[in-house]
Amino acid sequence: MAGKDIALMAHLMRRAGFGATYEELEARAAKGYEATVEELLEPDANGVPEYDELTLARYFPDMEVPSAPALGTANFMYHLYTTPRPLVEKMTLFWHMLFATGNSKVDNPPEMLQQIEMFRQHGMGNYKELLMGVAKDPSMIFWLDNNQNHKLAPNENWGRELLELFSMGQGNYSEDDVKMTARAFTGWTILPKIPRTPYQRHHWKFIYKAEDHDNSEKTFLGHKGNFNGEDIIDIIVDQPATAQFMARHLYNYFVADEVQVPSWLDFPPRDPEAVNAIADTFVKSGFEIKDTLRFLFNSDFFKDESVWFAKVKNPAEVVAGTIRLIGDFKEPRPGVLPIGLEGAYQGQDLINPPSVEGWHTGKEWVDTGSLVRRVNFVADSLSNADMPGVQAIINRLGSNDTLTPEQLVDGCLELLGAIRVEDGTRQQLVDHVKASGEIKRGSSEDEVRAFGQRVTEVLQLIAATREYQFG
Amino acid sequence: MAKDPVLVVFQLTGGNDYLNTIIPRNNPLYRDYRKLVVIPEGEEIPIDDDYGFHPEMAPLKPFWDEGKMALIHGIGYENSPRSHFRSMDIWHTCEPDKVGTEGWVGRVIKTVDPNKDNVLTGVNFGQGLPRAMALPGVPVASVSDIENYGVLTGITAEDQRARALERFARMYSPAIGRGPVMDYLGQTGLDALKGADILKTAPEKYSSTVEYAATPIAQKLRGIAMVHLANLGTRVFYTQHASFDTHASQMPGHQQLWKDCSAAISDFFADLREHDAADNVVMIMFTEFGRRVRDNGSGTDHGAGGVAFAIGDPVKGGHYSEYPSLKLEDLQEGDLVPNYDFRGFYSSLLEQHMGLDPTEIVDGTFEQLDFIRK
Repeated sequence: MAGKDIALMAHLMRRAGFGATYEELEARAAKGYEATVEELLEPDANGVPEYDELTLARYFPDMEVPSAPALGTANFMYHLYTTPRPLVEKMTLFWHMLFATGNSKVDNPPEMLQQIEMFRQHGMGNYKELLMGVAKDPSMIFWLDNNQNHKLAPNENWGRELLELFSMGQGNYSEDDVKMTARAFTGWTILPKIPRTPYQRHHWKFIYKAEDHDNSEKTFLGHKGNFNGEDIIDIIVDQPATAQFMARHLYNYFVADEVQVPSWLDFPPRDPEAVNAIADTFVKSGFEIKDTLRFLFNSDFFKDESVWFAKVKNPAEVVAGTIRLIGDFKEPRPGVLPIGLEGAYQGQDLINPPSVEGWHTGKEWVDTGSLVRRVNFVADSLSNADMPGVQAIINRLGSNDTLTPEQLVDGCLELLGAIRVEDGTRQQLVDHVKASGEIKRGSSEDEVRAFGQRVTEVLQLIAATREYQFG
Repeated sequence: MAKDPVLVVFQLTGGNDYLNTIIPRNNPLYRDYRKLVVIPEGEEIPIDDDYGFHPEMAPLKPFWDEGKMALIHGIGYENSPRSHFRSMDIWHTCEPDKVGTEGWVGRVIKTVDPNKDNVLTGVNFGQGLPRAMALPGVPVASVSDIENYGVLTGITAEDQRARALERFARMYSPAIGRGPVMDYLGQTGLDALKGADILKTAPEKYSSTVEYAATPIAQKLRGIAMVHLANLGTRVFYTQHASFDTHASQMPGHQQLWKDCSAAISDFFADLREHDAADNVVMIMFTEFGRRVRDNGSGTDHGAGGVAFAIGDPVKGGHYSEYPSLKLEDLQEGDLVPNYDFRGFYSSLLEQHMGLDPTEIVDGTFEQLDFIRK
């Protein structure tokens, strides 16, 4: 047990996925690091099965075309904890957090799920094409009022956020550029915006209304022409600022917590060399996201131990990671809805980010209310010895004849995914085990149960540590 | 010593139907618009010649009779979006024009307790924190079940849990130089623990002759009463009841909602009065929007403009603002036109009851009403 390979694999799976059981980590480590990265990036070529859409549809049909927001939230969360292709979902979540669109205003969960599906299908493709998809996405158009962006009455909402939040970042364009962007996207709208009936929302459709498009000449970032939306996206993508901004987002999401996005203009990146290297790869690949990710996961700055556990887990990672770890929901069962809502209770209501800026991340995930919620959720899950993942940990530790308190604590930390804690924390855990008396495996039913409780007691306490809040 | 003023915010989630809550009993237009989703003539509880309460609101009638209930008519904001979530956000953030993230109650807590001396200045009863209370750096306790609240509540054996909590406190105790995020987590964990420790004392101290119903809203208000009566320094409570989104089968549904809410509120104040603890408490009730003037044959669809309530001993009862006109030519897209900005309602409460400057909390100056006794 243990070893550097497993610890590195655990780091990769926490970042490129939602964690993994120890058995999965061992199997992947045996295959090798680079091979695992390839499998995550190229699931089709490596024979990884697709997400099983039909099971959810069969057991929870109301989550396929959700009539209420919570059903849509549960659908997205279900993907996160059941998918055989964790990086695909991790990138879907990345784009959802970046192109943050909220059902609070869209008020159309089926349409929101269409947007999520677009991220799922194209989230590892080409950034320029993805941006084009976002510009034509009905939820986004409605969310940022582009359906009210008219030839004779431009609305700048979409234009501004496209530049500020979705591509270049603040400080790289003028107010005139915002106005020109808005004008270039006039006529990009949706049909039909039928008022919804009580029990049904209609899917919307992107349409381009040529008669509502402003065909006059525009000057944008020094370029002049009768630009339409496609031209603007072409120009945006070629800006060095865009590559920098996206690279920093990828670093923030996959490598280590940065300051909050609105402060990026004022604070340099934590690791400027790494961000530059990601940006270079992004540009050289022609904005191919998969190539950029391949570079990122194989780079030294990603593998370096200094960035392990350098991120506070977001609630989706907490919830999906826990479910995957304990092996729950291998088969559909009731409870999919509350698991979806659990993310919201911890502060991340999927398909409903608080604003177009998305969620604040890092330590801002944690406040008194959410800390209680996440600690209790994980501790309760890990103490359920009926779950196959918990049972596996107990059995594995139980295969030893004798265990010292140190061995029990270190064994639990290792089997939860090579978790590292500070010395002081480890000592507290060891002291706690010592105070409960000798550890015996035994063979009678009572003894086995008692041993299992000793193990889950440690797992619960680890879940409650500060260190376990990082991923 | 004068008691600190306390505010209880009660959210009627889903969009409460104004017309069937405060019935314009002598306006013939009401019965023209409402063919099936209507309170039959004579069944409403008369307030005066012009208005009546929903029949299930009987337990609330004494508050009106004693002059302790204010009705704020026609409350809302311009360009009501008729989306639950957007509308609720507007009420929560006081940002009707752009998407806001800071909650107004969060700002109240920060103003009342800028140094975070009390981790229980604001307490929510329900699952998850409402956006109204969300503000980075402001500690808030969110309780779904007061008798089982705290860290590691899944450990049922009492001694085992006590030992785990003791260990938790040691693991979270800050040591110098552990990094800003670790230190922040340490403080947050200890705050949460402290809050839970103090809250735990509330049910232990509590005794009352009032028997609340087993409904979720009654149990939440009972929890609020426990915390209030324990004198833990909580100044703002928040809770909600759902779902008032009565698109279909409204007649039985709306009836049940008001039955449960009215009984719970009546018991809540009876409990507080029994303990001589009602004189500093104002409860407000609001909803994200009222519903469509014309019914849809089974229920009512999303509308605009509603009614808010203020209840309690400090309240000067009566009608405030005006019931919007029901005339067809005065409706907008079939809805009432709100005539009073909800931020004025908040401002009145904050300034006249809580003794706070409302300007920054609601982001502006709005017309106040005088429904708080001087």
